Amino acid sequence: MSAAAELPRSETLLRVEGLRTWFPIRKGLFRKTVGHVRAVDGVDLEIRAGETLALVGESGCGKTTVGRSLLRLEEPTAGRIWFDGVDLARLSRAAMRPYRQEIQIVFQDPLASLDPRMRIRDAVAEGMETFGIGADAAERTERVAAALQRVQLDPRQMNRYPHEFSGGQRQRICIARALAVEPRLIVCDEATSALDVSIQAQILNLLHRLQDELGLTYLFITHDLGVVRYLADRVSVMYLGQIVEEGRTQRIFEDPRHPYTKALLDAVPSVDPARRSAHARLEGDVPSPSNPPPGCRFHTRCPVAFERCGREEPGRYAVADGHARCFLEDPASP
Amino acid sequence: MPGKPARSEPQASEARRPVLEVRDLVTTFPADGGRAAVVDGVSLQIAAGEVLALVGESGCGKSVTALSILRLVPRPGRVASGSIRLAGRDVLSLGVAEMRAVRGALGAMIFQEPMTSLNPVQTVGEQVVEAIRLHERTSADAARRRTVELFERVGIPDADARFDTYPHQLSGGLKQRVMIAMALSMRPKLLIADEPTTALDVTIQAQILELLREVRDRFATAILLITHDLGVVNELADRIAVMYAGRVAEEGTREEVLAAPRHPYTQGLLASIPSRARPGEPLAEIRGVVPSAGEWPKGCRFATRCSRVLDRCHDVPPEAIALSDTQRAWCHVVAREEGRA
Repeated sequence: MSAAAELPRSETLLRVEGLRTWFPIRKGLFRKTVGHVRAVDGVDLEIRAGETLALVGESGCGKTTVGRSLLRLEEPTAGRIWFDGVDLARLSRAAMRPYRQEIQIVFQDPLASLDPRMRIRDAVAEGMETFGIGADAAERTERVAAALQRVQLDPRQMNRYPHEFSGGQRQRICIARALAVEPRLIVCDEATSALDVSIQAQILNLLHRLQDELGLTYLFITHDLGVVRYLADRVSVMYLGQIVEEGRTQRIFEDPRHPYTKALLDAVPSVDPARRSAHARLEGDVPSPSNPPPGCRFHTRCPVAFERCGREEPGRYAVADGHARCFLEDPASP
Repeated sequence: MPGKPARSEPQASEARRPVLEVRDLVTTFPADGGRAAVVDGVSLQIAAGEVLALVGESGCGKSVTALSILRLVPRPGRVASGSIRLAGRDVLSLGVAEMRAVRGALGAMIFQEPMTSLNPVQTVGEQVVEAIRLHERTSADAARRRTVELFERVGIPDADARFDTYPHQLSGGLKQRVMIAMALSMRPKLLIADEPTTALDVTIQAQILELLREVRDRFATAILLITHDLGVVNELADRIAVMYAGRVAEEGTREEVLAAPRHPYTQGLLASIPSRARPGEPLAEIRGVVPSAGEWPKGCRFATRCSRVLDRCHDVPPEAIALSDTQRAWCHVVAREEGRA
């Protein structure tokens, strides 16, 4: 593959360029395609090895589809997905296989992602068998035990079924299953969102420790900005299929530039009893991704939109340590 | 201060009496041949125009407490003992028909997932009309007008046109507004909101929180807010009751509980919130999980997870320790700290 050679191996583990994942809308007897849901519509991302990038946004913004597209669980319509110098978007199914091992995904609902009739030892060993890890069953059992221990579960419980565990323990099982195939990138798609805050703390601490121990890279897809601030090195904010702002976590929280990022942060309830700060800056709902507004996609809800915003699509303008898709940051703008 | 009369009004005169008074509520479910008390001796009060937040992890009995108040506990669960007074009515002594009238007119409830509470094959407008006409003899036209007014009041844009839409045609935020409109249709004295914003995006959540504040201020509605999200609690609540394993562990004003929590469970909950922690530092964890009802320790129920547990915690259920006129904690450690052990 000549294309692979163009991008030198570097600190960057994953670079997504112009990713589009559209879903056809079919109607009628002959299932004619009458339009597209533009779930992901020109997304750029970059994650360095050992880093945590948070992809945040509200439901329907396309963040989950981004995660699934990386693994080709959804087929990208266009764009490039450079992983370790190889464009995953262009690989055949067979050539993609080894990368399904290197990139693992942990979902929000562990109960839905574990087969209720499968003992957890088999659930954890399944991926190892698929990718030929471990010489024989005995070695795989040893590796299952090690993976369970890593996530602080008692290996003696490996013959039990998922329903015998609590929600937090089940999420540990899913993490153990992901770790068992020794991935480099783990996509956590709302992995702690269904958990109580005390259990969420256990899982977040675990993920943090695993990153230190194993040098893992995380793409953390979430709507929970409290978790993002605590955990992420960098943040990409998504709105209606596009990244509207990107930058270092602290800067995003202290000096958000895009009006959507500002509105999102303003809406977050405070847990500080000295102040109540949740403000509804935005009215209405997110427009449909099958028919996004012309110009800036956010202009229909933007409190500071001006004439140009409805006419022209903003580019990616550099801000501080990242970029924002907003004309207010356009250096050429008066 | 002019312009905000509604907020202070209910404080005066006859409104002093709580809208809701729950005493020693016990609600049981069958377990292992006997019955387990999922709610075990809960007492609560809410005044007009006041928001009480009931917080705690899942499985602590928050929702069952709420369902008990409106006698909506699904069988085979049942309220075994205690008393519930809602706007002066003894809820537990009412017949089925009377109870139906009380629900709606005195107390209404909204849930986390509006989709499951709305009928998918009926327009949202008809559903509210039906709710109104269930309680009141009024013409279909008048009920329709009132529904549209309610829709406007809860901020549904294009209220007249939305009347004829089906639930699946509405976003999550709009469906929750429809639920709130329906709940408000009888001008209830008490609104129970069970995780009302948990399924919503944060910008929509902020809108719904504003709406609930407005409802409280304009109608002096008492609100029982059930949530596990302490941010939502801080935004909306006046007082907080923290539940653990079927009992109240600590209660107090919003400031007391969030700024000066005394019960180790409350302290643990607050310390595990990521946005209260410093990035890079480990979050405080509460070890283990809430035990299931029926497996609750016989002394303090939190004893098995408490990091400051004393010997006696395992054997003796703690008594309430008053820390101020408004704050109380049920904890042996607090008792010792206060010199009342």
